[in-house]
Amino acid sequence: MNLFDIIGPVMVGPSSSHTAGAVKIGRVSRRLLAEEIESAKIYFHGSFLATGQGHGTDKALVAGLLGLDVDDPNIPDSFAIAREKGMHYTISGIDLGEAHPNSVKMNLTGVSGRELEIVAASIGGGQIRICEMDGLTVNFSGDLPTLIVHNLDQPGHVTEVTSMLAHKSVNIATMQLYRSNRGGNAVMVIECDQEIPREAIAWLEHLEGIIKVTYLSLLEEEYV
Amino acid sequence: MFRALGEIEAAVRKQNKNYYEVILEDDCKEQGITKEVSFEKMKHMYQMMQEADLAYDKKQYSASGLVGTDGEKMAQARAAKTVLCGDFIGEVMEKAIKMGESNACMKRIVAAPTAGSCGVIPAVFLTLQKNKGFSDEKMTEALYVAAGIGGVIATRAFIAGAAGGCQAEIGSASAMAAGAVAYLMGADEKGISNAAALALKNLLGLVCDPVAGLVEVPCVKRNVLGAVNALTSADLSMAGINSKIPPDEVIDAMRSIGKALPESLRETGQGGLAATPAGEAVKDKFSKKK
Repeated sequence: MNLFDIIGPVMVGPSSSHTAGAVKIGRVSRRLLAEEIESAKIYFHGSFLATGQGHGTDKALVAGLLGLDVDDPNIPDSFAIAREKGMHYTISGIDLGEAHPNSVKMNLTGVSGRELEIVAASIGGGQIRICEMDGLTVNFSGDLPTLIVHNLDQPGHVTEVTSMLAHKSVNIATMQLYRSNRGGNAVMVIECDQEIPREAIAWLEHLEGIIKVTYLSLLEEEYV
Repeated sequence: MFRALGEIEAAVRKQNKNYYEVILEDDCKEQGITKEVSFEKMKHMYQMMQEADLAYDKKQYSASGLVGTDGEKMAQARAAKTVLCGDFIGEVMEKAIKMGESNACMKRIVAAPTAGSCGVIPAVFLTLQKNKGFSDEKMTEALYVAAGIGGVIATRAFIAGAAGGCQAEIGSASAMAAGAVAYLMGADEKGISNAAALALKNLLGLVCDPVAGLVEVPCVKRNVLGAVNALTSADLSMAGINSKIPPDEVIDAMRSIGKALPESLRETGQGGLAATPAGEAVKDKFSKKK
């Protein structure tokens, strides 16, 4: 936290968690998909479902999926903008069990057919957490460049990824490993202090045993 | 971020610097930015508050229909000169309501420290600037004072209604504004912290009980409470009236009170005003509207 979390952010109201946080979840999800979204199935859980409409959570999330930022005065008009841009979306409710009260699950499809299932939570003060990607647990904030690698649970993949990062002089801020079961699907989530070059990510995608590579870049030109 | 108002006061004395400078320099060190960059950013926050004040739409209602147009009613009362508290306080009240309503209507505001309490600081700052003729730079300095006080509260206690009730939102905003006003009126470091303490003490125990869970009732009108309380607290401090409980201990009390609040009174929309028959009726009507 810094002074500008106390005075700030500049945001469209009414709620930092239910409005600004929802915009941010949409924006980060869009960046993770790394392409223009063609369709989005949105499922609100808990307090997002109960009070989301009054807080404009629905409009805010759609605005974020369209790439709008938390202070964009067009957020209240996001449904019309989505229609204009041809982004289809459906909004309904879901019970995600013990998930954070301000949670949303989304199934996103990009213009090239790329798909992403994501569960994210708005944890207060506009801060968010990505909790699940494609069915596996993850835990990151979207505030740092983040590499998410889905791989087979075999020896050696962590070394491949971390060696590449060392080679590119990228420092690791945090690193988490999860797996569905022994020898099954695994995921590593690496938050970095620097951006990872695109060609290094493309290289990773071609390695044997690597199922899917997703990269959250914070550079404006990196996302559509 | 400072962990105690006492730490800020000590730094002011030790470094022989201004209250706001100590806070500014501390943030620059933490973020790795220059004083100029930080100051411009803070000045931008103040300009955004000015813009948000002007952007009020006197005919607009929130999506729920619960709030809207009250800022205009206050403006009319001022124009009719029927405000008992005088025009200065009348204008503070008007601006506080307007900002709270703008927030509920999905307009652009500056969270200070939160969106629900976004009307307190601008209402006090904008009205005082108009009245006393302070420059935007001076007001920006005062925003640092407010941010420093808010930072201590966030570190020692909390600034979210879900964590500590309304005292953490309107209470914090009011304490921040009170300290900033004392700064603008020439108080020393003790007087600034004392004004913040006096303001916060008055709002200890205030619960977060929004009707239907929305940032509307009672949030919008509580911005008026926070703003007016900030001014009276600053006046008390300037008159030399001291809080018998030291400022940092007041913040610690806010924390322990917040911890003791049941969940129903921490932004869940389940207790207090939200649980009244009228509050429940609004909730039922709104869930049917979906």
